[in-house]
Amino acid sequence: MVDLPEKKVGVISCSGEGCVEGTISRVATRMVLEQLRPDQTVTICLPLFLAGGEEERAFARYYPTITVDGCEKKCAKVGTERYSGKPASSIVVTDLTGNPGCSKSPSRRQLDREALILAEKVAQRIAQEVDEVLKHWR
Amino acid sequence: MKTTMQKKVIVIPCSGIGKALGSISREAAYEVVESLRKGVTETTCLALITSGDTETLQLVKSNKCITVDGCPLQCAEKNVRLAGGDVAASFRVVDALKENRKLKPKTVTFLDHDGQQLSVILARDIAKKVDELVEK
Repeated sequence: MVDLPEKKVGVISCSGEGCVEGTISRVATRMVLEQLRPDQTVTICLPLFLAGGEEERAFARYYPTITVDGCEKKCAKVGTERYSGKPASSIVVTDLTGNPGCSKSPSRRQLDREALILAEKVAQRIAQEVDEVLKHWR
Repeated sequence: MKTTMQKKVIVIPCSGIGKALGSISREAAYEVVESLRKGVTETTCLALITSGDTETLQLVKSNKCITVDGCPLQCAEKNVRLAGGDVAASFRVVDALKENRKLKPKTVTFLDHDGQQLSVILARDIAKKVDELVEK
């Protein structure tokens, strides 16, 4: 039997390796888990979720999720909808930057100061969505 | 005139987000594609492969791939194989950790010293494999 946690929101990031925005989605998600809402959130490993991780899929089926995607292809949202259910909220990094598409510079590997500031902004937005979801929890 | 894209080795980490192992897989992949074997390698989003993006599927089917997984669940390898990708080699961070027991990586978001060191060790092994694949 799957062991599900109590009253938590699942934050699912695309963590896309191909573009800077994928790294931002990942770092922002970790900021929420470690600093902003550590007691209210868990994360789900997207590749495991998509590879058939039963525990991950069960969580996303019965608990609210927030997907965090780097670009407009929205792989985390698409995967969550396909394998479990509609996320309670969906955030796309490029929607916040106003620059559509996937950028490969300055660095996908190590975020520069500007990208880190954007990651913090995305993290704040995720935290707001977590609060909203918990407020309407039934 | 028809142009032919130069073949590259595609290095695909799992980037698992729950533990340091996933971050090490990601860092090792970047070390190879952005530093050790820049130009002959590239990476792509694993999530794009799993969501069936046509262009990305074509990329992994027409080039040799190296998958880099954090844990024994091997999500990167499984997902690339399921998508019909050409997996020429696969690496696991847990194996590198067994061979380097003195290293104890802990942090996930930004790797600590031990995590960085393990990613460099793993990246060197991946780079050797890239050389073998390029020579073939």
